[in-house]
Amino acid sequence: MVESASLQELSGKIRGGEIRSEEVMASAYDRIEAHDSDLNVFRSRLDRETALKKAREIDQRAASGEKLGPLAGIPVSIKDNICIQDPELNGSCASAILEDYASPYDAHVVERLKAADAIIIGKTNMDEFAMGSSTENSAYGPTLNPWDRDRVPGGSSGGAAVSVASGMVLLALGSDTGGSVRQPASLCGVTGVKPSYGSVSRYGLVAYGSSLDQIGCLAKSSEDCSYALEVIQGHDPRDSTSSDQTLVGDGKDLELQGKRFCLPETYLDPEVVDAEVIEAISEAESMLLKEGAVIEKRPLEFLRFVIPTYYILAFAEASSNLGRFDGIRYGVRSQKEANLKSLYSDSRSKGFGREVQRRIMLGTFVLSSGYYDQFYGRATRVRAGMEQQIGKLFEEFDFILGPVSPFPACGSL
Amino acid sequence: MEFETVIGLEIHAQLATESRIFCSCSTEFGCPPNQNTCPVCLGLPGSLPVLNQKVIEYAVKLGLATNCSIRSDSQFARKNYFYPDLPKAYQISQYERPICEHGHLEISTGEGQKQIGITRIHLEEDAGKLLHQENSDSSSVDLNRAGIPLVEIVSEPELSSSEEAKSYMEKMHAILTALGICSGDMEKGHMRCDANVSIRPKGQKEFGTRTEIKNLNSFRFVKQAIDYEIERHREEILDGRELVQETRLWDSERKLTFSMRSKEEAEEYRYFPDPDLPVVELDTAWVDGLRESLPELPDARKLRYREKLGLSEYDAEVLSLSGEASEFFEEVLEAGGDPKQACNWILGDMTRMMNEKDLSLRKLGIKPGMIAELISLIQEGTISGKMAKNLLPDLQNSDQSVKELVEAKGLVQVSDEQELLKMIDGLIQEHAAQVEEYRGGKTKVLGFFVGQLMKQTQGKANPGVANKLIKSRLDG
Repeated sequence: MVESASLQELSGKIRGGEIRSEEVMASAYDRIEAHDSDLNVFRSRLDRETALKKAREIDQRAASGEKLGPLAGIPVSIKDNICIQDPELNGSCASAILEDYASPYDAHVVERLKAADAIIIGKTNMDEFAMGSSTENSAYGPTLNPWDRDRVPGGSSGGAAVSVASGMVLLALGSDTGGSVRQPASLCGVTGVKPSYGSVSRYGLVAYGSSLDQIGCLAKSSEDCSYALEVIQGHDPRDSTSSDQTLVGDGKDLELQGKRFCLPETYLDPEVVDAEVIEAISEAESMLLKEGAVIEKRPLEFLRFVIPTYYILAFAEASSNLGRFDGIRYGVRSQKEANLKSLYSDSRSKGFGREVQRRIMLGTFVLSSGYYDQFYGRATRVRAGMEQQIGKLFEEFDFILGPVSPFPACGSL
Repeated sequence: MEFETVIGLEIHAQLATESRIFCSCSTEFGCPPNQNTCPVCLGLPGSLPVLNQKVIEYAVKLGLATNCSIRSDSQFARKNYFYPDLPKAYQISQYERPICEHGHLEISTGEGQKQIGITRIHLEEDAGKLLHQENSDSSSVDLNRAGIPLVEIVSEPELSSSEEAKSYMEKMHAILTALGICSGDMEKGHMRCDANVSIRPKGQKEFGTRTEIKNLNSFRFVKQAIDYEIERHREEILDGRELVQETRLWDSERKLTFSMRSKEEAEEYRYFPDPDLPVVELDTAWVDGLRESLPELPDARKLRYREKLGLSEYDAEVLSLSGEASEFFEEVLEAGGDPKQACNWILGDMTRMMNEKDLSLRKLGIKPGMIAELISLIQEGTISGKMAKNLLPDLQNSDQSVKELVEAKGLVQVSDEQELLKMIDGLIQEHAAQVEEYRGGKTKVLGFFVGQLMKQTQGKANPGVANKLIKSRLDG
């Protein structure tokens, strides 16, 4: 019942007292207790009793006829880089440098989830500071793919994807800068959405690449993702990049007849994309055609530049964003305090993992004088050019069709 | 060898907004360390800046008042460096697209008015402050000041003496306070400047090696530090040593500058546009509205004082440069005081009193209405100017009117001729020898009789009347 019901149905039944949140929570904890120790999904989580107590409170409020929120009694996980004020959920970003970090405030999305009466049970493992695509770069060990433990779950929101795929929660929030929600969702066989930049407030999301970071949902279906997005999206005055436009509704009434899809040719290139993925695209293509959609293939040369541009911009921003983790005010501080400079370098060398250090150094390089224009400057111009081309493309098309990842879940990267 | 001096100033002024530049914490001063903070000014993970619109308004007003062009697409940038008082490891500032550019203002110099170019005015956030504990090898960080809004005003290198630099700073101070966008309190560091100084042989086109003196927080220090630095450059050059481009600090106790860091150690700030803050788009109509609402600025004020009120060039200049003094001055006029007399009181005795007591004009506790009353009592002849001067300290924090004070102290001047003549005749009888001297041609002796009369009346005799009567008696 819990497995097959949609979020909307399930929370409706909890609100109506037909199903008890406590039962849903107990079944979630059965899964967690059976599999978390080997899958390594959670960085921190409530103990079973605390979670059940919260569930019972929801049940009592429902029984007393109180009007509850749209996610009433639903167990939800959030990625470790989303701030929550809860001493049981300390630590952050799966990084040693924030080992015991206790956030004194809730992220915007956490406020929204709480207001919707969801029960946040824990924070999920991730690539440290969201840098990676396999969840192997966590300071606390890798998360495994529940379908095949020899394969990676994707990343950086690997813990989030696995928490849904293994039935530990019904909804997970992740963050996506360059595919970090969509790719692990794909590799774990769940649905993941990166909503348009600006539609969900970043307030309380620990920044990686600020101009690209966006909080997204992972769930069993697009319907569930859409339902949850309704809860977390919307303008937030605390985030200056938050949009005041509302996303279009859940698309239940979407009529595919005559809708125009652009299919970039690169995505069908066997040199670049795995045969299995090309097959999946063809399946999607024929399904859409059957519904009356129009699909046109286009070369879209600029797609070649997406990855290098992304890396330069994201690393540059990251090198600046991660400067604050210096061991002075919070987080791990090196005990060898010879002088200020060594306090900084020792704390940061010890606190950050290799991939994070590599990205900070590359980002520092592309912003340094003498190289700025060649790298960061050029990347911003390429990005502006792409924005323009994509804008033009959307004058002609309603959708751009493509795979999330060029290959299915693989072994260790 | 004859040298000429080239100076450029970077003035930092704290904007007098109620809340900070990127969060809603108050700008109030004096809370216990780190009590007046939030996740944003603490730079905690996940926090984001939101621009205080008042800060933009203030900066635009300053740009308009200094003839700048206002950018309709200015942008914030991150200045990245590590320091314990900088909680995000970057300061949000402006780099390529400052809010105001290409302005100028006029200063008075010995050779008349001179126009000084303003390269740019940009906005930035202040950092926190380090507290070094005595007898301890640790330091503490107080972030109550982090995120206080600042403007940095960069001049062209067009100032050619320490006097010009001081006048420029005074003019900027007057503009900032006239606009009401900065308290101008330099002791609290609400306005301070960095001076870039170089010298070159007269006639040479290229600039000499420059040094930057940081954090000068009084007009006097600006002048002293620049003078010291010019002299140091001269000596280095004349002695054949090579000057080092470096940052220096002013030691106001020992009256000298000393090296802080050289250019080799100059920092790499990796400026780039802050992705958390959108471009600041300004509406032309809004800017025009601000332009029309600007208050009277020091230049206009000075012109009015000269032309409408007949003050001297010097008095008009000095009064108009001080917001406090000119405001006080106008209140004296409103209360009926004569402009020239009012100006004399403010720039003379009251300024002396301020210096002696180390108080600001308002803090003296003398109401503008009292000065107006004082002036009219002198003009009516009720008291003498000397009496008025002596009375000034009694006006401080007094609830009584000047007239009441004058009466209470029995200060009313004796102008009654009959009364005075009686006393004068007595004196003439008493001092026959001096009368002889006078009549023998030593007319200076007149002063002796005036003195005697004053002594007898305890200084209350009207000096004009007394002079006239004594003279007529002695001559008669």
